[in-house]
Amino acid sequence: MKALWLIFRRELALAWSGGGGPLLAIGFYAAVATLVPLSTDPSTHNLAAVATGIAWVALALASLLSLERMFERDFEDGALDLLMLGPASAEAVAAAKCLAHWTAAGAPLAIAAPLAAIALGAPPSLAPLIFVTAAIGGVAFAFVGGTGAALALGSRRGGLIIAVIVLPLLSPPVILGGGSLTAFAAGLPWQTGLLLLSAYTLGAAALCPFFMAAACRNALS
Amino acid sequence: MIAGLGVRGLAVKRGERRLFEDFNLAVTAGEAVALTGPNGAGKTSLLRAIAGFIRPEAGEVTFAGADGTLEPDEARRGGVHLLGHQDALKSNRTARDELLFQVRWTGGDDAAALTAAETLGLTRLLGLAVRHLSAGQRRRLALARLLASPRPLWLLDEPLAPLDTQHRALFGALMAAHLAGGGLVVAAVHDPLPIATRAVELGA
Repeated sequence: MKALWLIFRRELALAWSGGGGPLLAIGFYAAVATLVPLSTDPSTHNLAAVATGIAWVALALASLLSLERMFERDFEDGALDLLMLGPASAEAVAAAKCLAHWTAAGAPLAIAAPLAAIALGAPPSLAPLIFVTAAIGGVAFAFVGGTGAALALGSRRGGLIIAVIVLPLLSPPVILGGGSLTAFAAGLPWQTGLLLLSAYTLGAAALCPFFMAAACRNALS
Repeated sequence: MIAGLGVRGLAVKRGERRLFEDFNLAVTAGEAVALTGPNGAGKTSLLRAIAGFIRPEAGEVTFAGADGTLEPDEARRGGVHLLGHQDALKSNRTARDELLFQVRWTGGDDAAALTAAETLGLTRLLGLAVRHLSAGQRRRLALARLLASPRPLWLLDEPLAPLDTQHRALFGALMAAHLAGGGLVVAAVHDPLPIATRAVELGA
C-alpha cells in the first residue's frame, strides 16, 4: 500500500508537470468544444440538442492527449526497469499510473465538461449528472487508454497508434454516458446508462492492469 | 536476502540470433564477476535475463538465500539492483526528487539516500534539475541508489563508462565495501573494474 502511494505520487508529479497536465487537457478540451459550433449552424436550438454529445466526444479526444507519455517516457529512460523491480507488482504499478493520469487530466476534465455543455446550451440542471458521468467515464478512459499506451510501447510515433487502438474502445463509455444524459434531459429513466457506464469502468479497472503489465513485460524483453 | 546466484544452461536468443547457449555461472556472497566479451556477445542480455526481463530459451536462473532457494520473482523484487546503460532519471525533475523516489522505491530510507549523495559528492547538486547534470553526475546519482537501498545483488552494465578517474576509484571502494558486507556484483565491462573480480568471457 505504501509502495502504491509512492508510485502514485510520483506519477502524479510527472503528469502534473511534464507537459501533459490539467491545463493542457482543459485547453485542448475547450478548443474542441469551441470548434464544433464554428463548423455548423450555431443557433441555440441546434447546439443545445448536441451539447452533451459534443462534451463527451471532446472528453474522449482530450483524454488521449498525454497517454503517449504514460509508459513511453519510463520505457525510454530505463525507469520502467526500475519500476518492475520494485515492491509492487507490475499490475499495481500500471493501475497506479492510470489513477494518477485520471487525477491529473480526467478529474479536471470532469469539472470542465459541465461548463462546456452548458456553454453550448445544455440545461444547467444536467450539470451534476454530466460531472458524475464524465468522472466515472474518465476512469475508464484512463485504464483503456493506458492499455493502448502500453501496447504501443517502443513503436515510433506511438501516439497515433494509441489513438487508433483506444478510440474504438472508448465508444461504450461514450454511448452509455451520453445516452444517460440524453435520457435525463428527455425525462426518461437515466439510471441504467449510468450503472452500465460504472460497470464498464469497473471492468476496465479490473482487467486493464493485467494487459498493461503483460504489454510492459513484452516491451522490456 | 540473496546469498547466491546460479545460472544453469542458459540460452538466450534475440530475434533469430542465438547469443549464447549452455551458459553457466555461480556467484556467491562477497564475489564480483566481470563479464567481458565483444560488442553483441550478449552481456546486457545476460544481465537482463538474470533480472527476469528476458525469458531465456533454455536454462534457469536461481537465487539462493541463507536457508534454501528463493522464489525468483520475490528475490528480484527485494534483492536486485539493475543499472543499465540508462540512468532511469527524469530530466525535468530535481536530482533530490529522483534520488528519493528511487531509494524509497527500492526499499531504502531518506537518511540513507542523503548519506549516499554525500558519499558520491552530490549534495550540492541535489537541487538541480536532472537535465542540468553531466553524464557523469547522472551516473553518480544512479549509483547513489545502489548505496542507499540495501539490495545484495548488483547487476551493472558498464557502470564506470561516464565516470572520471577519481570517481571510478571511489566507486571501486564502494563496491569493495558492498562485497565485504556480503553483496554480489555481476558487471558487464570493457575496462577492468578497480576491484578484484572473477573474469567471465561471453562469446569466447
